[in-house]
Amino acid sequence: MRLIDKRDLMPATRAMTTTRRGFLTMSAGAAGGLLLGAAVPVRGLAQSGAQGEVLVTPFVHVMPDNTVLVLSKHLDMGQGTASGLATLVAEELDASMDQVTTDFAPSNPEVYANTAFGVQGTGGSTAMPNSWEQYRKAGATVRAMLVNAAASEWGVDASEIGVAEGKLSAGENSATFGELASLAASQQPPEDVALKAPGDWVYIGKSFARVDVPQKTQGSVGMFGIDRQPEDGLVAVTARPPRFGATLASVDATDAKEMDGVLDVLEIPQGVVVVAETTWKAMQARDALTLEWTEGSGETRGTDALMQEFRALLDQPGNPAEPKGDAAAKLEQADKIIEADYVFPYLAHAPMEPLDMTVLFDGSSAQFWGGSQLQTVDHGTAASVLGLEMGQVQIHTKWGGGSFGRRATGDAHLVAEAATIGKAWLDAGHDARPIKLVYTREDDIKGGYYRPLTMHRVRAGLDADGNISGWEHRIVSQSIAKGTPFEQYMVKNGVDDTTIEGIHPTPYAIPDLSVDVHHPDVGVPVLWWRSVGHTHTAYVMETMMDELAEAAGRDPVEFRLSYLGEDARLAGVLKLAVEKAGEAGPEGTYRGIAVHKSFGSYVAEVADVRLREDGTIKVEKVTCGVDCGVPINPDNVVAQVEGALGYGLSSILREQVTLTDGEVDQFNFPDYMPLRISDMPQVEVHIVPSTEAPTGIGEPGTPPIGPAVANAVYKATGERVRSLPMSQHGLA
Amino acid sequence: MISFTLNGKETQIDASPDMPLLWALRDELKMTGTKFGCGVAACGACTVHIDGVPTRSCQTYLGDLDGATVTTIEGVESDAAKAIQEAWVELQVPQCGYCQSGQIMSASALLAETPKPTDEDIDTAMDGNLCRCASYARIRKAIHRAAEIMEA
Ligand code: FES
Ligand code: FES
Repeated sequence: MRLIDKRDLMPATRAMTTTRRGFLTMSAGAAGGLLLGAAVPVRGLAQSGAQGEVLVTPFVHVMPDNTVLVLSKHLDMGQGTASGLATLVAEELDASMDQVTTDFAPSNPEVYANTAFGVQGTGGSTAMPNSWEQYRKAGATVRAMLVNAAASEWGVDASEIGVAEGKLSAGENSATFGELASLAASQQPPEDVALKAPGDWVYIGKSFARVDVPQKTQGSVGMFGIDRQPEDGLVAVTARPPRFGATLASVDATDAKEMDGVLDVLEIPQGVVVVAETTWKAMQARDALTLEWTEGSGETRGTDALMQEFRALLDQPGNPAEPKGDAAAKLEQADKIIEADYVFPYLAHAPMEPLDMTVLFDGSSAQFWGGSQLQTVDHGTAASVLGLEMGQVQIHTKWGGGSFGRRATGDAHLVAEAATIGKAWLDAGHDARPIKLVYTREDDIKGGYYRPLTMHRVRAGLDADGNISGWEHRIVSQSIAKGTPFEQYMVKNGVDDTTIEGIHPTPYAIPDLSVDVHHPDVGVPVLWWRSVGHTHTAYVMETMMDELAEAAGRDPVEFRLSYLGEDARLAGVLKLAVEKAGEAGPEGTYRGIAVHKSFGSYVAEVADVRLREDGTIKVEKVTCGVDCGVPINPDNVVAQVEGALGYGLSSILREQVTLTDGEVDQFNFPDYMPLRISDMPQVEVHIVPSTEAPTGIGEPGTPPIGPAVANAVYKATGERVRSLPMSQHGLA
Repeated sequence: MISFTLNGKETQIDASPDMPLLWALRDELKMTGTKFGCGVAACGACTVHIDGVPTRSCQTYLGDLDGATVTTIEGVESDAAKAIQEAWVELQVPQCGYCQSGQIMSASALLAETPKPTDEDIDTAMDGNLCRCASYARIRKAIHRAAEIMEA
């Protein structure tokens, strides 16, 4: 560790093109021994206007102006991660929350890998769990360096120094972090640091304001990639084939090229790109292109044809996941058997900020700006598309205007397309300029990377005592992981874990359970969508448990609890939600319940649903019980559960992507219809107090809402809804 | 040349009359607080006030704006808007934040018109503003809270 002065504080732009200048080599043991000799690009500092000397560690910088900058290795797409990470640092650093600011870390898998993935990236509700130790240790390390600096400055023993609210003091002496930053930078970071006992926490477990909220009430200026407008920046929009996998036959760009503000029209493998001075001009010029496409190997099946093929597969044995007991034998002996098929449509994520990615490629280095969710995959893909080394490429992560999984693609298609445009632009003889690739909403809705179309078939038996006697479960769904860098971890013996999670394994102690799957090849790109497989597995499991309880003449809560003996935390949230929901919901409502574990967290939801005279439903109230270990910021846990169940409710009411002869039918929000405020229930979230390590909360609120509402709908109408969205059945 | 009042300032813009106000703001005037969400008046992300009325700027054309008074999130400073912004922070409404410029513009217009809105008033006024993060429960609470702030 050494002092740095302003001359070193250059933006990554220059840092990248100037060998190792502007990079600090961290000494071994920095940040609690987590890093060994990793090169850390200094970024964000030059813009901060910091003067003088700064204490720099990989995750935390202390500025002379007494600001503590926390670098978030994770994308914050609204889930509050940047604030959560800042809290972990502030807690162990004994900083004042008011002095903490955040920025996104540069792309550097050696330093900023998600410890759950091994690469830098955000997803699977892992942001807080995998950072829990790391960011607290980062804070404690900086604290120790500041304390040692104060001890040497004041000639007192480190043990005599108190730290609170961003100040160090011992007797008469006191100093702010900023005043000691430069001296602390020359201190050897400790080999290891002790963390506070939960009883000593000042911030963790208390609700506090997020760092990004004030700015987000003032127009979010400068936060989102789509809002970046550098001086010489250009905008690109791409005309892509109407069918997935089709290719360009011919293009006539004469009119487009003549339009005001259009700089070029480029052909790339992904389609035809208009590069213009502004977004509006680029969009208009794209409309003026005359395009013809060839089918090639493109997908030409429509939803009906796909469903027919999927249905046929439901009759065929698929690849088995590890079975429990002997389901077939138990079904033979069963007193009653319930058999049901379920259909789940393709779903678009439709984050409010349409996708965008800015590229600046000068032939020997490249930079990208946007809401990158898998920085390492984006980084590597960009380098390979451009024929550069990793060190010649940098990804600048911007705040994500929503994602729900959409910005985390295994094929890094967005960055790949931006990189290809950057290269084609240069190849066409132009000077390097920042080019922002922008999706319109139509590009987004029609663009694929959907939650896969999925079918389930369940055969579940009950014995004469009303206990489950054998459960056979078949799922037909495209594999999400297949063909991506994640395949090797996620696909085992031909079974994609993300297809069966939530059913296999299930926390229910169902002794005889067999699950098998088909992963048909379809030319429609698919992707994880907030809570991934749980979006459909929880629906099937929790509506089926309800159905079985009824067939067994048992109470649905008691029935579930009898299978949750092994899982006290899941039983706990179920009891909590039921207790808090009280005897009955608002007048005229019907009640449904569901409980589900996902991403290590436990959520039960009790939905009180009203049936309107026109046959549509209104979910009036949802009462939730949540156990996510230590709630780092309880108010944010509540917000995430509200949002996650809203997102799930949105999908079951009216959302679906369908295809006719391989072309997507929907185009924009008028026909891909998300939840609106008038659909939103009143939500109550009750959090189980816990000292367990924190688990995810971005996704676990999503899975239970669908089945909870469906179970209420059954009470209201006597109909089991087995195909979604509910609008197909006149319910929404 | 089209002239209108933008956030209190006389503004002239030399652009095609069929350019949507959204793109005039974002592309020409470099004011990116007003967001692009759908371009077809179906999401509300681009909401601004025109002569005080919440309006989708993506479907409002420059040619229709001569002499109009336009207020965007960058310039909104009515008492209602200030109360809304204060309540938004107090109740931590935004998640990703992308829809929130539009939400705040719609909510402040509602409050200016209806100082004590009911849940039904809120649902009616805000139904055109999508929030994919589903911050709706907090939007509703924050509008009620802003009404209290205004009253105080
Ligand atoms: S962008 Fe104008 S309503 Fe969606
Ligand atoms: S806060 Fe993300 S879309 Fe509304």
